This record gives sequence, structure tokens and C-alpha cells, in this order.
Amino acid sequence: MITIVDYGVGNIQAFLNVYHRLNIVARAVSRPDELRDAEKVILPGVGDFDHAMRELERSGMRPVLDGLVLERRVSVLGVCVGMQLLARSSQEGSLPGLGWIPGEVRSFRSTDAAKSLAVPHMGWNDVRPARTTGLFDQLADSRFYFLHSYYFHCDRREDTSATSSYGAEFASAVSAENIHGVQFHPEKSHHWGVRLLQNFAAL
Amino acid sequence: MLRPRIIPCLLVSNGGLVKTVGFREPKYVGDPINAVKIFNEKETDELIVLDIDSTSSGAEPDFKRIGHLAAECRMPLCYGGGVKTAEQAKRIVALGVEKVAVSSAAIETPQLLARMAGEVGSQSVVVIIDLRKRGPVWEVWTHNGTRRAGKTMEQVVAESASLGAGEIVVNSIDQDGRMKGYDLALATHTRRLTTLPLTILGGAGSLEDIERLIEACGVVGAAAGSLFVFKGAYRAVLINYPSQERRDEIIRRSLRLPG
Repeated sequence: MITIVDYGVGNIQAFLNVYHRLNIVARAVSRPDELRDAEKVILPGVGDFDHAMRELERSGMRPVLDGLVLERRVSVLGVCVGMQLLARSSQEGSLPGLGWIPGEVRSFRSTDAAKSLAVPHMGWNDVRPARTTGLFDQLADSRFYFLHSYYFHCDRREDTSATSSYGAEFASAVSAENIHGVQFHPEKSHHWGVRLLQNFAAL
Repeated sequence: MLRPRIIPCLLVSNGGLVKTVGFREPKYVGDPINAVKIFNEKETDELIVLDIDSTSSGAEPDFKRIGHLAAECRMPLCYGGGVKTAEQAKRIVALGVEKVAVSSAAIETPQLLARMAGEVGSQSVVVIIDLRKRGPVWEVWTHNGTRRAGKTMEQVVAESASLGAGEIVVNSIDQDGRMKGYDLALATHTRRLTTLPLTILGGAGSLEDIERLIEACGVVGAAAGSLFVFKGAYRAVLINYPSQERRDEIIRRSLRLPG
């Protein structure tokens, strides 16, 4: 059973649709008590970092999530801004993130070389996984849909689980033990995305 | 590598899928949901759906219909038509739509873009600029091509970028439905005006037209209506879209990438 955290930010329905077609049971939850018994968690997110963080706190689900992920070691997948929330901070805002994976979220515009880069990074790009096991099983040659202006910079190189190129190489996925994040939108990335979400269910 | 996007643009009127020529003579071409299902199967890059009644009739967006559409749509979806407030944009994103397009409302009241970006993030805010060529310049029109905006396109592009738009779509009213190729002068002119992601709409009649656009502008969105809903000289309705291999070939050739 997949539990999708519905805190008013992100495309919940698209995840439910993919899992429905895969015949994998998935549900969206919006209250702390519904989240308590989750076995596998997707944390979606779009838009502004601080807004997402505030809404997550306001949902009351943050303490339950911390317990699930940090103590019970339940697998979690952050998607897009949901991935960025895993960091300790973001150049987009001033609120602290969840801080589950050491790193910070930076702007594509933060380097001089990137001044002429079209931002947001919008469209289909190649994703090169560090290992084609687990989340990226059978996804050696894959492309996914991106829509973002900020990216995750990991403190530890080994936490970057996939890279993509836009101006420079950046982490398009991060992983540390039971905690995973993808910058792209698997829920809108056709058969590649379906495969990744299926892989997450099988972790 | 980030790829150029090849984007079907579907027009909806009275709940049906239509196609216009020069923004006029809407011809009924089928059921939008059915078209979305076909584009799903073809693993389409992205989809734009525009409700062409909402703005001119002053009606609110039809949230129920948008929700239905979003639930069916397995590719990234951009919705436009009748959006006048940031709250409406937020509601549309919550229905499962990735991007919300505005035109008339944002050109009249550019501050709307800042408010929308505040609610849904810049990456989900799209400005569509409808243009008619008059002499050496392109005039901006609103309300489905019925009102002159009284602003230059350069002004609209600059305002949109500074207030928080995440993408610009330029739509040539002159080329709409004619299937004679994009206005490449308009496309390259707009490309020079902004570093925002850019999508060109209006005029594509063949995949070669898309190739020429990418050759001229690099990594842009190539959007088309007629090309993906009609087949042949008699404009028989047939929803179509190039395969992944064909798209890769178009991109390889137009960007001159190694084989």
C-alpha cells in the first residue's frame, strides 16, 4: 500500500491514477491519524518552497512523517518540491526544510554561466542513474518531465542517485537509505515514470 | 539533454473539440477526452487545452470539466481559458493541471501574474500572446482576437518576465489553422526578447515545419492544433502525433546533433 501525503500541494490524482492502472493499492491522506500506519510514503509538491513547507506544517502531519521516516525507517519518495523539502534549506525561501538529506536547494540562476539559461528548466531531459537497481531498476536509458527553477545540491556525493544536465550537471534524484527524492515528475512521465513508481512500490 | 517539446494544442468550445482558421470558423472535430486518451497512448510530450468560450463570454473556468480532463491526462497539461484570478489558478493546479495559461486578463492587469506566481509558483504560470502582423510589427490582441491590446509585444513579454511568468506562448492569429508553416520571423524575434521557456503556436502544417522552427530557435516548444487533428488536404479528422523515434529524429536533424 502506497500512501500519498495530501497537504494541498501537488498533483495527488496523477499518482493515484498511475497506481490504479498498475493494480497497486494507493491512497491519499490529509490527516495525521490516517498517516500513522503508512508503509510507503510519497511526498509530492509543486510551487514555492516556503509555501509547501508551511502547508506541510499546517497539515499537522509533519511530526508523524518524522517518526515514520526517521524512526521506523519507512521508505519515502519526495517528488519535485517534495524532494527539495528533504534538504535543510532553499535559496527560494527562508524556512528550514525537513533536513532529512544533507544538502541545500539552489537556483539555476546562481552562477554567472547560467544567466542565459532558460529558467524554469521545463520539458523532457535524460536521467542518468548512478545504479540501475532499486528505484531505477530497468531505467538505465530514461527520460523524465521536469518543471523547476531550483535544484538539490547534496553535501555528500554518494547521496546523488541520478544526474541530469541543464547548463551544468545537477542531482535529478537523491537517495540516503530509506529516503528518496526525484526532481522530475514520474507521475507525468509516461512509461518511464510508471516504471519508477512501480519500482518504488517494490522497494 | 533538454529536448524541444512537441505540443498538441486543443481548442474546446461548448464542451467539444474544435479547430479554427484565423481564430474563426470553429469546426467540430470530436470529443476532447477521447483526444486526450489517444495522446496518452502516443506518449505525447505535453498538452495545451484552451477553452475559447470562457474569456469572451466572461464565464468562470469550467472547473468540473478541467478536473475531468486532468484526471484523464497522463502527460503534463497546460490549461487556459477564462482565468482571471490567482485563486482560480490555484484551484486549477489543485485539480491536477501542471500549468495555467492566461492571456487577456494578464495583458490588461499584469499584476495578476505576480499574484498567480505567489499562489502556484512561476513554473506554472504561462502567458499566451495572440498576435497579428501589421506592417513591420506584430500587434497584440486579446479576447480571442477581437480586441486590440494597445501594448506592444515587447512590452507584454518584458512585463510577463519581470512579474513572474514561467513560460511565454506566442500565437500567430494570421497563421492559425492555415497549416503553411510557423511565422519564423515572429519566433526568432520573440526568442531574442526573453530567456523564459518559449512555445510557438500557429501555422504548423507538417513535421518539417516543426523541424524548421527548432532549427531557427533551438530548444523551444513547438505547438500545433490542425497538424495533430487533421489528416490530408481535405482536413479529415484524425488525431495523430509522431512516435518517439520520429520525434528524436526531428530533434537530431534540426539541432544538428551527431547520429
